[in-house]
Amino acid sequence: MNTRVAYIAFNTFREAVRDRVLYNLIAFALLLSGAAILVGEISIDIERLVVVNLGLTAVSLFGVVIAIFIGIGLVSKEIDKRTLYTVLSRPVRRWEFVVGKFFGLTGTLVVNTFFMALGVFLALLYVAHKFEKMDVWVLVALYFIVLQFLIVCALSLFFSSFSTPLMAAIFTFASFVIGSLSEDLRGFARMTQGVGGWIATAIAYLVPNFSALNVISQVAHGDPIAGRLILYNTLYALLYSAMAISGAVLIFQRRNLK
Amino acid sequence: MAAIEILDLEKSYLVGFWRKRPKLALRPLRLTIEEGEVFGFLGPNGAGKTTTLKLLMGLVFPTAGSARILGFDIDDPRVKSQIGFLPEQPYFYDHLNARELLNYYAQLSGVPAKGRTARVEQMLARVGLSDSATVQLRKFSKGMLQRVGLAQAILHDPKLVFLDEPMSGLDPMGRREVRDLIQQLRSEGKTVFFSTHILSDAEALCDRVAVIHQGELRGVGAVADLTSQKQGKVEIIFYAQKMPAGLASLGADARVSGDMINAILPEEQQDAALELLRRERIKLISLTPVRSSLEEYYIQKLRPAENRKGAGV
Repeated sequence: MNTRVAYIAFNTFREAVRDRVLYNLIAFALLLSGAAILVGEISIDIERLVVVNLGLTAVSLFGVVIAIFIGIGLVSKEIDKRTLYTVLSRPVRRWEFVVGKFFGLTGTLVVNTFFMALGVFLALLYVAHKFEKMDVWVLVALYFIVLQFLIVCALSLFFSSFSTPLMAAIFTFASFVIGSLSEDLRGFARMTQGVGGWIATAIAYLVPNFSALNVISQVAHGDPIAGRLILYNTLYALLYSAMAISGAVLIFQRRNLK
Repeated sequence: MAAIEILDLEKSYLVGFWRKRPKLALRPLRLTIEEGEVFGFLGPNGAGKTTTLKLLMGLVFPTAGSARILGFDIDDPRVKSQIGFLPEQPYFYDHLNARELLNYYAQLSGVPAKGRTARVEQMLARVGLSDSATVQLRKFSKGMLQRVGLAQAILHDPKLVFLDEPMSGLDPMGRREVRDLIQQLRSEGKTVFFSTHILSDAEALCDRVAVIHQGELRGVGAVADLTSQKQGKVEIIFYAQKMPAGLASLGADARVSGDMINAILPEEQQDAALELLRRERIKLISLTPVRSSLEEYYIQKLRPAENRKGAGV
């Protein structure tokens, strides 16, 4: 990696780690994992299913909230506070700044996910008293959640490159919600004829396909995940994030920092 | 070689919600700053000083014109490693302490890893922050932040330093320290381009100044020339309890201060005035020609064009 990108990424990571709000969110997610234990205990014979479902959903939702919450401020905060001036007056290219910010935030989310996943596995161990072979698919589900975070981070950077933080948060969250329903949207598009069908198809393929990245219910039931899906999802998330980041860079390159 | 060549640089912004119309922030600006100069960019708030600096830093893009810094176009990446910049009222990453911040900027500026730590410590000492190096910047006072700002601007030993209102908001001691630092930079052969509206600082530090107002360059000149122009008047200071009769008839504008009188009168009345004082057996303290000040030049340049016709440099 370009060293300046790495320095910016590390500084972004350090800033997020020193932000107290982040710890509140993580604590809340861990609390939810604890709640999963409680619910699991009163759910006879389906403890594992409840713990995995609730735990991974908590990891996913709180990770998305963190990604949006921090992601939308990554660039706009630097412009508002004028910290960007002393960075861009150095031999730092604008694309290096955006990409560094993206890597810093995704790094933060990977570390957060690690700790939250630890909470889920501890809860799982508590209700089942041992790990089973099928628990490995929980790791795959967590990997897909991280891929979701990549896309959400990239989208929040993209939207914040041309709109206010509030609007960027709304756009990103809306993309997440619509993207989570993208399979239904694609089904609807297939059934619709004419211009409406074209528009529905365009929207269905434009929004990120988060439903393909959501295998929580599947792994909660102990079903395996196909290797091909892992490969496709990885390529899809990387390509989608790269496109969103490229868009953010293109806009940011031309932006006047008033 | 010129350190900065500004060639008809112009900037306008689109304003308005529905019907966007251009608002001129900087009219075509042509200016050359030589290497080793301390150059003052003077003007009231909103004159276009910060816009000019942002254009030179590549933070905003010009509507027209171009500029060259140290022989390179402003968008040439090689420029950035040779310049330092202190923005107006700087704000830094407040999750970092001063040492971490300077280390981060040193990394971004390409200061080699070997010797980076030593360079950071040297800068902290130079701006008097060695004892506060581990305190988070959110706990810093405005003066301390300004010192960090100066340290980050000169951290990588740039040839050219841009300072946007470096004395603004500082107490007299802080201003003195910034003045000393600019003088040190001059003695090291650096070029310093700084914007200010504090004229006494500009008069004390600058080799040349430019006055900008409403986005338009109103004048450029060497401080020594501007402040040495005689005004055709002399100032006479002498001991007396009351105004000697006859001095007023020589066109003197006098002011009594304790047992001293300070009178300003036309140069051609100088001999007559001295003769009058001798006759009255009044002890003379001093006689000096009245010279123009930077403030007079500045105010004259800020006046509307019709009132400036035929005026100075």
